[in-house]
Amino acid sequence: MPLLEIRDLHVSVEDQEILRGVDLTIEAGEVHAIMGPNGAGKSTLANLLSGREGYEATRGQVLYRGKDLLDRTPEQRARDGLFLAFQYPVEIPGVTNSYFMKASLNALRGARGEPELDAFDFLTLVKQKMKQLDFDESFLNRSVNEGFSGGEKKRNEILQMALLDPRLAVLDETDSGLDIDALRIVADGVRALGREDRAVLAITHYHRLLEYLVPDHVHVLVGGRIARSGDRGLALELEERGYGWLEQEGAA
Amino acid sequence: MSAAAEALARAFAPAAEGEPAWLAERRLEGLRLFEAAGLPHTKLEDWRFTSLDALESLELEPAPEAAPVDSGLADAVRAEVGPALCALFVDGREREIPAGEAEGISLEPLTRAAGNDALGLQGRLGALADPKRRSLTALNAALFAGGASLEIAADARPERPIHLVWLQSDGAHAAHPRFAIRAGAGSRACVIEHYVSGPGARGLCNPVTEIELEPGARLDHVVVQDQSGDVFQLGALAARGERDSELRTTSVALGGRLGRWDVYGTLAGEGARLELNGLYLARARQLLDHHTTIDHAAPRTTSEESFKGILDGRGHGVFHGRIHVRPDAQQIEAAQTHRSLLLSDQARINAKPQLEIYADDVRCSHGATVGQLDVDQLFYLRARGLTLARARALLTFGFAREICERIPLAPLREALERRVLNWLPAGDDA
Repeated sequence: MPLLEIRDLHVSVEDQEILRGVDLTIEAGEVHAIMGPNGAGKSTLANLLSGREGYEATRGQVLYRGKDLLDRTPEQRARDGLFLAFQYPVEIPGVTNSYFMKASLNALRGARGEPELDAFDFLTLVKQKMKQLDFDESFLNRSVNEGFSGGEKKRNEILQMALLDPRLAVLDETDSGLDIDALRIVADGVRALGREDRAVLAITHYHRLLEYLVPDHVHVLVGGRIARSGDRGLALELEERGYGWLEQEGAA
Repeated sequence: MSAAAEALARAFAPAAEGEPAWLAERRLEGLRLFEAAGLPHTKLEDWRFTSLDALESLELEPAPEAAPVDSGLADAVRAEVGPALCALFVDGREREIPAGEAEGISLEPLTRAAGNDALGLQGRLGALADPKRRSLTALNAALFAGGASLEIAADARPERPIHLVWLQSDGAHAAHPRFAIRAGAGSRACVIEHYVSGPGARGLCNPVTEIELEPGARLDHVVVQDQSGDVFQLGALAARGERDSELRTTSVALGGRLGRWDVYGTLAGEGARLELNGLYLARARQLLDHHTTIDHAAPRTTSEESFKGILDGRGHGVFHGRIHVRPDAQQIEAAQTHRSLLLSDQARINAKPQLEIYADDVRCSHGATVGQLDVDQLFYLRARGLTLARARALLTFGFAREICERIPLAPLREALERRVLNWLPAGDDA
């Protein structure tokens, strides 16, 4: 059974059709990349998978671990191991990063039937993850994402991913605005997940991330459809040729 | 006068034994002013949203001289603050006052301090909390029993905070706590006032606090209004800061059937600073009303005011923030924000900033928001596995916590954060 199976998916936002028949299958153990020009529908796919309001599937099906994903709430999806690294992580004044991550981790542990971590065990675990990601411990006691730089916000997303250990991690433009060092850390964070029953779907505009995060499959989303799929070579081809030729093919 | 006002005024007695003649005159003046004006009513602009009609049905009586108290309640409040110079007052009268001379402070009953000419209370009492401006202040001036006078010596730095617990006794009693603070030049101190009562209290608490800051004094002042659900708390704070003084008052109001707090802050000397923070939580049919007036009476003075209200059920919040900058007060900085969160459809807020600026070299800002929880923040938390209810509770807590963070004492801050958490609609952990 594939981890994620998307069949003929059509999605509208405010009555405008953005995705027009997407098919995608992700098996456990795989790293997939979705590339494409701005406005192709990449983030729409990420938002739909995570359950954000306002994204309506008008046709097609999404199966996650063999079950319909779309009738589940965002928190149910998260508890079932789906993780979205946000393109624009939200600032939450007054709530410390540490309190937030502990609440999140314990919600997921509870759903898996595991006992909650107490403050000491949580701090031990999160500090270990922060060390791996070269992320200063002072960020634990700051309000969630408040006053963080763009790179720090993205790093905070990767920290949450490392902590929550998802089955399927969807990275929505996690690489945009990151320098090379930060990219490497993101890729290390993703690789650290890399167990056989895990998978990653990286959505990106650029090729850069894929140099560090070697994908098994690359898909190009153009005009709401997957215009082409291939291996890593496709990403290199896009790097050289841009997206124009695929947009023309799609229009033809 | 209304029946309730008459009942309140009937409690008047000529000065207690040992009080100086000037104080007896002040009491009489207070009584006359109160009898002339009566209790505030909704025809007054400053009271249009806050009706005291429910007070009429209470059949208030004066608080007895030595009402029995629940020592467990006082102990619980003490425990929240931790090590402190803690004084206990019941219905405004002293019950226990610790000695603080070693730390450069003098705390004693106000009626006793009034007889000590060296303290000059004749010229100070009522100088900031003007009985002509507010009839409840006049009532307090007429009827306060005991009260407290706190003198912080020049350059004193008491290590422990000074904690006053104002306990309201059970029954429909009227109490009028009175507190006069003078922070000597260059002193640094922290004063906490706790207004509390047990579940049997259903009377009126009408406190007045006056704070004078001499040049360079710095005072951290925390006021917690945690009365039981049937008490009317109608209080006032009047503060005046001389040159380079700094007052930070942080108020947390979550109790009472009706709570009203009038704050008058005067920045009287160059370089004086006032930080005024407030958090109020109202639910059921509670009404919590804050009226603040900040008077920039000298150049180069700064005020920073942040209030937040959380309203649930049929809770009603009122905020009126007035900032006054006098013509000769140049180079002023004044910032005011009031943010409120409505958790139910029936909750209500009336908020009004009022800026009166008569100088031209000023930096004044104000902002007011009324809102629900942010959908993007809610989604972010849900996408991390928190239920909608839990996400709401966490965001609401975060909203409140931004004010709690300004409380200088960690044990009290944490205790208040726990109170806020317990107040919130339950965020189930499912």
